Amino acid sequence: MSKLQLITKGIIKENPTFVLILGMCPTLGVTSSAINGMGMGVATMVVLIMSNMVISLIKGIVPDKVRIPAFIVVIASFVTIIEMLMKAYVPSLYASLGVFIPLIVVNCIILGRAEAFASKNGIFDSALDGIGIGLGFTLSLTAIGAVREMLGAGSIFGYTFAPDVMPLLFILAPGGFLVLGYLMVLFNKVAKR
Amino acid sequence: MGEINISKEVILGFVDGSVSVEAITLFAIVIGAIFVNNVVLSQFLGICPFLGVSSKVETSAGMGMAVTFVMALASIVTWSLQRFILVPFGIEYMQTIVFILVIAALVQMVEIVLKKVSPALYQALGIFLPLITTNCAVLGVAIIAVQKNFDLLTSVVYSASIAAGFALALILFAGIRERLEVEDVPQGMRGVPIALITAGLLAMAFMGFANVVPLP
Repeated sequence: MSKLQLITKGIIKENPTFVLILGMCPTLGVTSSAINGMGMGVATMVVLIMSNMVISLIKGIVPDKVRIPAFIVVIASFVTIIEMLMKAYVPSLYASLGVFIPLIVVNCIILGRAEAFASKNGIFDSALDGIGIGLGFTLSLTAIGAVREMLGAGSIFGYTFAPDVMPLLFILAPGGFLVLGYLMVLFNKVAKR
Repeated sequence: MGEINISKEVILGFVDGSVSVEAITLFAIVIGAIFVNNVVLSQFLGICPFLGVSSKVETSAGMGMAVTFVMALASIVTWSLQRFILVPFGIEYMQTIVFILVIAALVQMVEIVLKKVSPALYQALGIFLPLITTNCAVLGVAIIAVQKNFDLLTSVVYSASIAAGFALALILFAGIRERLEVEDVPQGMRGVPIALITAGLLAMAFMGFANVVPLP
């Protein structure tokens, strides 16, 4: 697989949200607006790239039996770092993502990539894989957030175009399930052709 | 905690002293956690098992029981850790790492102990236990309970109610999905998409519970 393919495969062919269907909790939980979805996607991508690199470095040292707890400690450390950085530099985003920031630890995408890719490949390829899958996740979350924000609040990235006429339902919990469901149908129709 | 807005009997009981303030608060927390603020349908925690293990009613009941057991136990352990180790030593920033490791270890331990002590229960819950470590609801609820500054009793009641809400949503959803199996669903919507849309409708139904009690 070429280096470019490592990056592009995460966007369509192995899209973590629409094809692999991983990490559904943050996908539904934080996408009430495009900017929240994007923030969550970027935070997850940074953790994924860093943890992928570290795990590919330590893959020879860690005994096979304790590899999962070891991977979890690596991931949890980076999540803690991201959490502190976000608290310090983007406090409003930190407040609106809430409990979903520490929950990046249990996002199955990250442990999944550690187990399936980073523990078998070199550091450079693992970083590229992290970028690719992270990009796919970020784009999906931003798209879902944008659709929900447009339908529910009549705005996009905070710029209002239709105030007070849109059904609030799409910002609330049921809208998350519905929008993700219909976007998945659309994705299956368009991308899998 | 917001205003308390429960039935007339409870308020009358409170006035003549037969129902205490604590009991009302706990009652509000239980109802709030199961129905109003359902963990799956309004807080979006534990979606993976919700979508993955919900094809049959029996398996979802088993999963629900296993989650309830582990969540109640995890809330005791994480509460004690936060209160007696993380806060006194000023290392609250270690919370995420400590909690996830403790929960993973706890799940393993529960599995070993259950196998020895109660083989029957192990038979019923066994296959679901390893899946629970990756259930973000367990870690999420532990963190939320700490953020809300609950005391130990409230924290355990809150976690058990959240888990009961999880089990309720899972079993309801499994019931619907069993019926969906025999329906003629359009090609592109089979599998996860139709499940998500169904969950959306279920979440809409649960919105009817909003404002029944104040959110804890």
